[in-house]
Amino acid sequence: MVAGHFSRPPAMTPNRKIELVCPAGSLPALKTAVDHGADCVYLGFKDATNARNFTGLNFDANAMREGVRYAHDRRRKVLLALNTYPQASNWSGWTAAIDRAADMGIDAVILADPGLMAYAQKTHPQLRLHLSVQGSATSYEAINFYAERFGIQRAVLPRVLSLPQVENVIANTGVEIEVFGFGGLCVMVEGRCALSAYATGESPNCNGACSPGKHVRWEQTPQGMETRLNGILIDRFGDGERAGYPTLCKGRFDVNGETYYAIEEPTSLNTLELLPDLARAGISAIKIEGRQRSPAYVGQVTRVWREALDRVARDPDSFKVQPAWLAELDKVSEGRSHTLGAYYRPWK
Amino acid sequence: MNPMKLALGPLLYYWPRQATLDFYAQIADSPADIVYLGETVCSRRHELRPDDWLDVAALLNAAGKEVVLSSQSLIESESDLKALRRIAGQGNFRVEANDMSAVRLLTAAGRRNWIAGPTLNIFNPTTLSLMAEAGATRWIAPPEMSGTVLAELLAAGAPAIETEVLAWGRLPLAHSARCFTARHYNLQKDTCEFRCLGMKDGLALRTREGEAFLTLNGVQTQSARVHNLLADLPAVLRSAQVLRISPQGDDTVRVLELFRDAADGGLSPQDAFRRSAEWMVEAPCNGFWHGRAGVEQYVAS
Repeated sequence: MVAGHFSRPPAMTPNRKIELVCPAGSLPALKTAVDHGADCVYLGFKDATNARNFTGLNFDANAMREGVRYAHDRRRKVLLALNTYPQASNWSGWTAAIDRAADMGIDAVILADPGLMAYAQKTHPQLRLHLSVQGSATSYEAINFYAERFGIQRAVLPRVLSLPQVENVIANTGVEIEVFGFGGLCVMVEGRCALSAYATGESPNCNGACSPGKHVRWEQTPQGMETRLNGILIDRFGDGERAGYPTLCKGRFDVNGETYYAIEEPTSLNTLELLPDLARAGISAIKIEGRQRSPAYVGQVTRVWREALDRVARDPDSFKVQPAWLAELDKVSEGRSHTLGAYYRPWK
Repeated sequence: MNPMKLALGPLLYYWPRQATLDFYAQIADSPADIVYLGETVCSRRHELRPDDWLDVAALLNAAGKEVVLSSQSLIESESDLKALRRIAGQGNFRVEANDMSAVRLLTAAGRRNWIAGPTLNIFNPTTLSLMAEAGATRWIAPPEMSGTVLAELLAAGAPAIETEVLAWGRLPLAHSARCFTARHYNLQKDTCEFRCLGMKDGLALRTREGEAFLTLNGVQTQSARVHNLLADLPAVLRSAQVLRISPQGDDTVRVLELFRDAADGGLSPQDAFRRSAEWMVEAPCNGFWHGRAGVEQYVAS
């Protein structure tokens, strides 16, 4: 293999338009995303094969078939997240999911495990492969490894790189690059975080769950509302405070006698203002997080981002974030606040 | 004759230069068979420069240790890649690949005989085989992998490869672009003033009711508790040929000696575990090995 020698794989859209990739945790959410202007929706099966394995969420075979038909009838694409790591005892469940995806006409599967990529490449050579954010590929050397070995055509970047670092990745790979634009913010490198496994025994890598609901306890105490994860106190809220879900990296803890959000505040990623820069950098797609969120969330966020992307495509130089967009997004943001995350260097 | 090898994992904390050199001088006389060297956590740490690490490597090599150069887990910048190319390009020591970028560079350089590190997320025999075909001759199971899953993986058509398991130390749980030590001091990572320097076991994070929960180590988050598989040694050794001890602020050599004694049968696993209380910086845990929450200390009934 010759390093750095690539022909760019055929783009999903010929005119280098940035694709808007929206979450669908259910059939109604999928339809809402499509109706509000998503270019692609991504979804998962109702099991541990994907990283949003939550009760009441995701698709059985019938719903997925209908979802694919709905999207394809409107010339949108459906991406299937199979982005957890299978083990010896459940391996066939994951390969069967790839087989089903190929049968159903899914446009691409989003994978993290190299073994599964090898299986997909061998068994379904026509099936398009995307490298999941859970694959933890943060450099072009890593991304090019997956491209050379398994023919991946797109990589989703973990939320750790600054904007110039994203540009550098794009400049050195033929693989399409998808970045997160909006939604819940993983502070840790995706695919390399065992915090939830440590606290609860369930991990994003193996169970498709982070800080899962069945381990959560809300308890009103004389000190305030306490939120616990498998018995571990994640935060405590006073009367005037809005008690948030105990995602364990977004709790308040004590370090050297000081109690604060030691890892991250409950906040959402929002890169609207970076959109012209991301477009200039050459990203192929922008991803909205939130398969666990309601169709209403999906509708609101998709509408705003559709409008923003259309404006950037028309005239990137005069692009301005509209206050109405922010007002709309604020309504659905975790903690009702926004951050640029790692794209903005001082965040680090 | 017990074929078990003891490995000292890479130093995850940032100690002053002389303390680091003194530490490895002690390790030269310790029962460690294998020593992993180099900065794997944060590219800003520079008490030891690459050439200094090579000097330490030569010293340990002369003392009969197998020396492995460990690569950085999170690769963000072009200068991270430059450092990685230097490690992958040298031919004197084996390399632990802690990111797929390292795997690509090693395979591109035609290197065989490298080590697939614990952050590569090898969870099944197919992926392990891919790594072995690419030249890995040893792998470290992800710390969150249970003993049962590991045994099943090895029984399900895994390639011929040496298996290493983390058996002692605070668990490396997560990496971030953000530095949590700098954040604690209201500093940004780029101007962090190297506040993690000299925190010999990291910075303790407690819950609001005072329970030791995590350890902040710059961009890395570790468990507060000490993952300790001494009591589980017979089961661990049925799957692993190499046990990894993660360096801690004090008494690392004592811990290595304890493992050597236990593995050689000089001490029963239970006795070794009891003795180890003296060398632990926090309460023990072994939940991951038993397929439970990692924080738990599980005792089979």
